[in-house]
Amino acid sequence: MPKLPAARSPLAMHLALALTFGFMPAALLPVLAAAAAPASAPVTVKIDNFVFGPAAITVAPGTTVTWVNEDDIPHNIVADDKSFRSKVLDTDEKFSFTFTKPGEYGYFCGLHPHMTGKVIVKAG
Amino acid sequence: MDHHDHSGPKAGADRRGFLKCMGGWAGAGALYSVSGGVMSSIGLDQAIGAPAKAASFTFLQVSDSHVGFNKPANPDAAATYKEAVGKILALPKKPDFIIHTGDITQLSKDQEFDDADQIIKATRLPVFHVPGEHDMLDEGQGKAYLGRFGKGTQGQGWYSFDHKGVHFVGLINVANLKPGGMGSLGGDQLEWLERDLAHRPASQPIVVFAHIPLWTVYADWGWGTDDAAQALSYLKRFGSVTVLNGHIHQITQKVEGNVAFHTARSTAFPQPVGGQGPSPGPLKVPTEQLHSMLGITTASVVHGKHDIALVDDTLA
Ligand SMILES: [Cu+2]
Repeated sequence: MPKLPAARSPLAMHLALALTFGFMPAALLPVLAAAAAPASAPVTVKIDNFVFGPAAITVAPGTTVTWVNEDDIPHNIVADDKSFRSKVLDTDEKFSFTFTKPGEYGYFCGLHPHMTGKVIVKAG
Repeated sequence: MDHHDHSGPKAGADRRGFLKCMGGWAGAGALYSVSGGVMSSIGLDQAIGAPAKAASFTFLQVSDSHVGFNKPANPDAAATYKEAVGKILALPKKPDFIIHTGDITQLSKDQEFDDADQIIKATRLPVFHVPGEHDMLDEGQGKAYLGRFGKGTQGQGWYSFDHKGVHFVGLINVANLKPGGMGSLGGDQLEWLERDLAHRPASQPIVVFAHIPLWTVYADWGWGTDDAAQALSYLKRFGSVTVLNGHIHQITQKVEGNVAFHTARSTAFPQPVGGQGPSPGPLKVPTEQLHSMLGITTASVVHGKHDIALVDDTLA
């Protein structure tokens, strides 16, 4: 279960409480349904031994994908079409990007371009 | 940036051009001794009236110093780089200059570049650089490197110069890499190379240096350069071509026709033989083994002989 973001509004606090206690006011249901849809929960891609894992993921629009470098060599994340590009990630450093539009996003490591991955964004 | 052609007949191989290049020098590693090839015809040096004549000399190659690296198996890559400098200072024959084939730093940080400069300066030798992918990690994707070493170079930093009858070409194959690809030279650089070599006599010895190998050592790990064949096609007619690379942190060599390929050891950490291990990450060897897997290369150019002799020494 991903961690909830820090409560920033009364609504978010209600939501947090509702999740904690399983109590769900009817007015909050649509919000909760959107927030809890499994496809838009944050997704992590690990970089381990010069491989993106998993190499291909399918997510809903609005999903934030986070890459974590678990190698002792730096890597970075570059979209094939250059629509996003991380700074260099040293060991244990992370990069996140939120995919809003449906489509297929190929990416690679700008240092080691034989390392490739793909994010498929489509409405569930 | 000051873009002039070191090898062109005008600004080319004049002394000032050469000295300018030397201003950008900053690394040390392998020592190459270049042997003069068949220099009976008029070499470029004479053609442009430069005083340099074909003669025997040695030069060094150092590579992959990764200053800033501090993980197993080497907690201090700056320290082993200093040891390499100590090795250079102790050489029986003083080399004319040093070629550093890239990955000067680990993360392209200013401090790392500064530290690397300080270390190699202790050799008091001119140092010619090309960048590795680790030297392109600043926000400007290589601007920091070019700011330090780009003076008098073309494009992303490529250049050539002549020394005692031998033509040296520094190529960049770590810029604008393509998804799924390996190293890349790119159309602009290839065009420049073709022009740079076009009017040279086939008898002139050529030394080409770049970070990633210019032949495919192991494709699955990206150990090769996608468009190297094009570059090598321009070199085919020359009688003596020596290709010096780094990147893979181990010695490999191959001879194909008149072209001798060689990769140098790193001064920082070893890497596995291609495919022998889960990844091309650092090979974590016991501390007592580390120094025997790091090293520098000496090249000897003997005037009148065809091949450049390469000798690899470890830091052990
Ligand atoms: Cu990488």
